[in-house]
Amino acid sequence: MPDLLLELRSEEIPARMQRKAAGDLRKMLTDGLVEAGLTYDAAREYWTPRRLTLDIRGLTARSKDIHEEIKGPSTTAPEQAVHGFLRKAGLASVAEAHIHSDPKKGDFYVAHISKPGRAAEAIIAELVPAIIRGFPWPTSMRWGPASAKPGSLRWVRPLQTILCTFGPETEEPVVVDFEIDGIRSGNVTHGHRFMAPDEITVRRFDDYVTKLEAAKVVLDGDRRKEIILADARNLAFANGLDLVEDEGLLEEVSGLVEWPVVLMGEFEQAFLAIPPEVVRLTIRANQKCFVTRPQGDGENLSNRFILTANIEAKDGGKEIAHGNGKVVRARLSDALYFWRTDQGDLPDLEQLEESAKKFGLDLKKPLDQRMARLDHLNVTFHAKLGTQGERVERIKRLAEEIADTLSKQPKFFDGKLLSADDLNTEQKYLRERAGRASVLAKADLTTEAVGEFPELQGAMGRKYALLQGEHPSVAAAIEEHYKPQGPSDRVPTDPVSIAVALADKIDTLVGFWAIDEKPTGSKDPYALRRAALGVIRILIENGVRSRLVELCVQLLRLHNAAKLARFLSTKIPISLFDLSRSTFAQAVNAPAGRYVLDVQVREHIERYVQRQVPQEDESEILHDLLAFFHDRLKVYLRDQGARHDLIDAVITPQSDDLLQIVRRVEALGSFLDTEDGKNLLAGTKRAANILAAEEKKKTAIAETVEPALFREEAEKSLFAAVNQAEKQAGEAIQNEDFSAAMLALSVLREPVDSFFERVLVNDEDQAVRANRLALLARIRAATDQVADFSRIAG
Amino acid sequence: MTSDSPAHMHPSRSFQGLILTLHNYWAAYGCVILQPYDMEVGAGTFHPATTLRALGPRGWNAAYVQPSRRPKDGRYGENPNRLQHYYQYQVILKPNPPNLQELYLGSLKAIGVDPLLHDIRFVEDDWASPTLGAWGLGWECWCDGMEVSQFTYFQQVCGIECAPVAGELTYGLERLAMYVQGVDNVYDLNFNGREGDEKVTYGEVFLQAEQEYSRHNFEHANTVMLLRHFEDAEAECKALLAAGAPASNDNLPMHRMVFPAYDQCIKASHVFNLLDARGVISVTERQSYILRVRNLAKACGEAFLMTQAGGLAA
Repeated sequence: MPDLLLELRSEEIPARMQRKAAGDLRKMLTDGLVEAGLTYDAAREYWTPRRLTLDIRGLTARSKDIHEEIKGPSTTAPEQAVHGFLRKAGLASVAEAHIHSDPKKGDFYVAHISKPGRAAEAIIAELVPAIIRGFPWPTSMRWGPASAKPGSLRWVRPLQTILCTFGPETEEPVVVDFEIDGIRSGNVTHGHRFMAPDEITVRRFDDYVTKLEAAKVVLDGDRRKEIILADARNLAFANGLDLVEDEGLLEEVSGLVEWPVVLMGEFEQAFLAIPPEVVRLTIRANQKCFVTRPQGDGENLSNRFILTANIEAKDGGKEIAHGNGKVVRARLSDALYFWRTDQGDLPDLEQLEESAKKFGLDLKKPLDQRMARLDHLNVTFHAKLGTQGERVERIKRLAEEIADTLSKQPKFFDGKLLSADDLNTEQKYLRERAGRASVLAKADLTTEAVGEFPELQGAMGRKYALLQGEHPSVAAAIEEHYKPQGPSDRVPTDPVSIAVALADKIDTLVGFWAIDEKPTGSKDPYALRRAALGVIRILIENGVRSRLVELCVQLLRLHNAAKLARFLSTKIPISLFDLSRSTFAQAVNAPAGRYVLDVQVREHIERYVQRQVPQEDESEILHDLLAFFHDRLKVYLRDQGARHDLIDAVITPQSDDLLQIVRRVEALGSFLDTEDGKNLLAGTKRAANILAAEEKKKTAIAETVEPALFREEAEKSLFAAVNQAEKQAGEAIQNEDFSAAMLALSVLREPVDSFFERVLVNDEDQAVRANRLALLARIRAATDQVADFSRIAG
Repeated sequence: MTSDSPAHMHPSRSFQGLILTLHNYWAAYGCVILQPYDMEVGAGTFHPATTLRALGPRGWNAAYVQPSRRPKDGRYGENPNRLQHYYQYQVILKPNPPNLQELYLGSLKAIGVDPLLHDIRFVEDDWASPTLGAWGLGWECWCDGMEVSQFTYFQQVCGIECAPVAGELTYGLERLAMYVQGVDNVYDLNFNGREGDEKVTYGEVFLQAEQEYSRHNFEHANTVMLLRHFEDAEAECKALLAAGAPASNDNLPMHRMVFPAYDQCIKASHVFNLLDARGVISVTERQSYILRVRNLAKACGEAFLMTQAGGLAA
């Protein structure tokens, strides 16, 4: 059976696109071949920076002739039906149809269709151009004179040659002939751009690979990776070093070379004063080189790096290593400049005093200066949400308040033997540190290092904070307040970090909710889902109690106040009113009647402000945001394996202590696992169903239960039990002991069961019936304290 | 320079020799050799010989040196590689010839970079200039890990599709010179190729200016004035475009004042860069400033298509 070899050779394809493009080529071509009626034994794709190659083995030489019969209507069928059949079968007239007979159905038309098979070559010659024209590159381009006209060929970079041969192993393969925008397929390719640029004539895959290898091209990308990795490890080892492995970098580098040659370069020891992450990122991002460590060192880097060249240079790579060393040195001197500049004084410190005062900053310290500058420059956080400075003020207020809440939760002082005074001091420290960490949390955004490597935000702040002598918890919080970044990221546990991380995330959420920029579908540009999950994970995994709504309300008011202030300070077209700005501001802020102003002007202004700065309905925003938290909590709990019906049963639109929700779900789950739980659930559901049915029928239900109307013993004992259970469960909930609450309710099981066994709710006496229904309502009320049983499955 | 040129003109000895070698190479190919544009620009692309001439159907091959100003890159003369003022060598070929990569490699050989000794690489770099409303696909060209050129197939300029596509080569002259001269510090580059008393270094020519401009760019540029200049340039650009716009009764809709209007767009762009270096532009404002410059560039590009050079049928 014949084999197909296809190579699309172009100018350099971006490394990150090669693997996928080769895979797409294989899938598109093999799918197309199969659809055209061919089969194949195996297909494998290859890629280099300059080629996508496909090797298809055992392809059938022709698609089979196809004979099929299409059954039509009876020969006596109306004309319309016959026409429909002819159209479907592609026949010109009834004369082309055959007539078959069936003993039951009688005579009917049948179309005999036969499609002759096609040569694989013809199929390929049709498919490949179509695939090239419709290739799913992430970005593609036009080029050359042809691009003057619309509809010219697009490829990731200019496409140069197409090699396409087809034939069995035993025979000379043929070129599958086709042409796309002036590029004609052939059996010719070229080797390495510099070491073997000449034409190579190819027959099939086997000689293609061998000839390419001889022409300094390693066709297989994974093999190039293996070569680079093995050579890099060996080279490091031979120099007493360990390679710092980096799969992403390895993949990229393997897509930059056709003939990998691993070399070692070096830079001055002095650059190792820069933090290792900064050195690694500098060398990786700019130079695509690997860094190394002294053997056995888990932390520090060495001053040697490993590069992958694309040629065997005449001098063994000396010039290349030397040249790369120079570039690395230049980049590291930039990094060193950033690192040192960030630790030095800013110019114009006197301009920063006002900002320093606002945040209690010490302008002798570099990071404090950076925060002052962030505020002073009015760097915008978001056009509708004001500046980073305003944001930090809000985060600080909230973080301090959260710190106070945390310090009342004894777990954070566990393991410390503290006298009352000491505890007091610790609590004070916690508040102070949360405030300080908040104030410094965003300072590194104006550092040079973070400007260069945004992914180091937080990490750099922490380093600079430690260097200027901040408390370790404060420094850690600067980094950790961005955490957790997703479902698997580490959750901060230090109370200072918890306070700042919560404040930061809640501020973000409230802010974007206030301006109605919520996530929709797959769009979540501000990563608000991640922020909400962060809040949830921090609260739950640390066992922190909170009143989310209270925290949100405060922030919302701060946001609204800031919005009004911004408006008053910048946006007033005073000319509208022929008033001075200060008069206007007073007029707006003055309580009605205090400020003497023409009534009409005043009303005019008020209407204007109302229009420009609508104060959104607080409760609506909060309600919506809390519902969002509930949704994210459900997702989180489901991922943890919790039953979603239990979550629904426990959450009410008002539940804003997420930890409490989780505990209730846990208690409810274990209760329902018991026999009492199951039966009580059944009884309660029955009560609820009856009630629901009667409520629907608008049957009278008494407001309160009247013991005088009891006729049966079972009623009396149920009433007593409900009173008892409701009281006990209520008390238990007050103490947040959900297991005890469940236990209290479980006592109801027996009286509920015997009530339903012995008592007919639907008594003829309307008063008795109304009273019995009221009793059922009491069961529902008692259980509702813990969960909405009607939402529980089973 | 060719091998018979004097030693002091050889690119490995002389910064100006490097420039002249490139001039000769591209002149021999048939490019018009232009002089730098006489305004402050951030890159050679801003030269109207690239921005505007990349538009429209007419062929265009040009090469020139363009002093480029990046106020933010000032380092007070203390960094051996970074400058707020440096030279770009710019080549624009429209439509791009099919062997543009080979032509480029040929120019490297001409200045003494042997691709069998040095590791030359084409590394993905999708180029976009948000201020010019331009983008293209291409590469950074690396020589032993150093980016020495940008290679771009323009797809869109001034928000207008390029038809045909132009190929743009931009050589970072200082870097390239440092490479071929084997010098680690830009200020040590031999400018004139002479030795001893006759030698003039890059530092002698530019170090003082780097120090002074860094002070200016980061500390002293008058931001209030610059903000005003930005507004002025923007208004003037629009006014000139309006004044030169074709009249409704013209037989051919010809625009009569594109180049002067485009100058104001360049000016606004540079003022914005200065303001940015002074750190007075916040992240969100940045976007809106860039958008404002882009709107000017787009308007200029559209007007250019209504001129003879832009392909208006005569």
